[in-house]
Amino acid sequence: MIAQTLRTTIPYACAALGGVWSERSGVVNIALEGLLLASGLASVVVDHATGNAWLGVLAGVAVGALLAAAHALVVVYGGVDAIVSGIAINLAAAGGTRFVLRAIYDSSSNSPAIDAFRFKYFGGASGGMLLVRTLFDPLLAFAALATIFTFWCLYMTPFGLRVRAGGEAPTAARALGIPVERMRLASVTIGGAICGLGGVALAYDQHQFQSGMSAGRGFIALAAVIVSGWRPVRAIVACALFAALDALQIVLQDRAGVARDVVQMLPYIVTIVALAVVVSRKGAGQPPAGLGKSAE
Amino acid sequence: MSQHAKDSARSTNWIATVAGLCAAWIAFDLLVWGYGESPRELAKLLFIGTWGTSYGVGQVLFKATPILFSGLAVHLALRAGLFNIGAEGQITIASVVVAIAAAHFPVTLSPVLAIPLALIIAMLAGGAWALLPGILRARLGVHEVITTIMMNRIADGCVGLLLAVGFADPGTVRTPPIAPGAMIARLETFIRAFSGSAVSLAIGLAVLTAVFLARWERTSRIGIELGLIGQNAQACEAEKIPVKRRIAQAMAISGAVAGLAASGTVLGFKGYFEQGIGAGAGFTGIAVALLGRGSAVGLILAALLFGTLAQGGLALNAHVPKEMMDLLQAVVIVAVALADARVRNAMRRVIPKSPASATEAPVRI
Repeated sequence: MIAQTLRTTIPYACAALGGVWSERSGVVNIALEGLLLASGLASVVVDHATGNAWLGVLAGVAVGALLAAAHALVVVYGGVDAIVSGIAINLAAAGGTRFVLRAIYDSSSNSPAIDAFRFKYFGGASGGMLLVRTLFDPLLAFAALATIFTFWCLYMTPFGLRVRAGGEAPTAARALGIPVERMRLASVTIGGAICGLGGVALAYDQHQFQSGMSAGRGFIALAAVIVSGWRPVRAIVACALFAALDALQIVLQDRAGVARDVVQMLPYIVTIVALAVVVSRKGAGQPPAGLGKSAE
Repeated sequence: MSQHAKDSARSTNWIATVAGLCAAWIAFDLLVWGYGESPRELAKLLFIGTWGTSYGVGQVLFKATPILFSGLAVHLALRAGLFNIGAEGQITIASVVVAIAAAHFPVTLSPVLAIPLALIIAMLAGGAWALLPGILRARLGVHEVITTIMMNRIADGCVGLLLAVGFADPGTVRTPPIAPGAMIARLETFIRAFSGSAVSLAIGLAVLTAVFLARWERTSRIGIELGLIGQNAQACEAEKIPVKRRIAQAMAISGAVAGLAASGTVLGFKGYFEQGIGAGAGFTGIAVALLGRGSAVGLILAALLFGTLAQGGLALNAHVPKEMMDLLQAVVIVAVALADARVRNAMRRVIPKSPASATEAPVRI
């Protein structure tokens, strides 16, 4: 169960970090869902074609960064409503991944199985072995690195300070000579790359890509960002809680019947409840003051 | 607003629409070409498969029916500044509820009673499903985008649950057939040319709804106030408009309109509910609302366009995956929004800035 939770946390956590990067810079990002899907497929396609799981990771991260950059360009420079752009990216990712699946593998539902990172040692099916394998999973290491990097970069470097300044007070930041637009583009792109890592983890965990496999995780991660008050470490803690619900679902999967249907809905219900409770509290974390505002 | 500004506003619509259509056309060509097929040949096939035969026309209208309802629903919320991306779930819930309810209508119930009753049930179900996100948005400031998406997922779960706990026909994964009186007549019973296609009188209901809503928006108190709230919620608050209540109402009405989509699928075609019926219409509605740009005619034409693409995708499926049409939707949305923003920017330089309406109530997303 612990191992399962740890594994399922990675996609949520990476998407949430992507959300933190994007929203701290002032760009609303509901495209996380689409990024997870697109980067997951990209990693599987490249892994399947080259047989190299590391190249797959690279492809997933690159696609995540590219799509996020497109989102930032359209929103920051094109003046398009961030939610409209996010909806479009999610639609494109949902349809596009099925299109590519059909085009390459002649099936709109799933890709062939891939090896991903199959750990040679500790092969047993027991929970302990799974935990050991999970701890040695390179993706877990990457996700941990991304967390540390995000915290360090956002809070301890001049770059991070500028990103956050652009998100809090874009007009003032610009008056101080900070190129707010460029900061936002960079920040959203970095976030997209990290979110892409989450997509890779999602697909590699299943050893294949299935259409629609993100199943709302991008939105749940965004909810985690909101609940945490736009703070990266707390967001990941929130993600771990959602992931535990997911893991519960996997454990209960074998039990047929009504209980499973209810458990399947749990993450979504909990998301709504958590949002309602946290947002209505007086002392809840505030969003970046410049979220969704242009520097002009 | 001066006459001059009004004219420019209208031309904005026009330019953005053309940009959206052009972008869709270019994307279609590029995708087909990239797939190694001839765009010209496939465009011909697409036309023949849709508007080329009376059967094709019927199928386009059939596909356009739920799409128009959901486009109207998304548009209605959008006018009040709300993104109802939960039309998908609202349609699902309305469809399953109306199918279950109508299956219990007395067999002898006359269509004069059964159909309106079924429609009201569908509207109530869809509206109720949208009301929760509406209340959360109005009372607590929880953004409707996340909650409506979650409600979509929960709707899917509820359907599985309902079918599992005995609402399905034994041994099948669909609900029992609805009472004959609740069936909406197919067009083929009136016009022989449509023979074989699934289009029903529900398309007429959809068009009537579009016309009615366009009038309602301009003449009713709620309709007018919703438009004002969409422009500047704070000013409305100052003018003693009950903004919170109106926002919740907007979501509920939007969900009710989305629920009517069940008229084209459950009542007008299948006569029962099964998983996946009418799926996708909720999301296509977003593209319809953005492309239709707020006028009844625009929304109807946009629904016809996406109905054509949905049916055309099936006609081309042997050559290019029909999923390509989903990509085209996204292209249209981005192109329309981009062109819109560009023109607005250009206009801002000509027309003096209106008082800032950027100050919005705090909403966390």
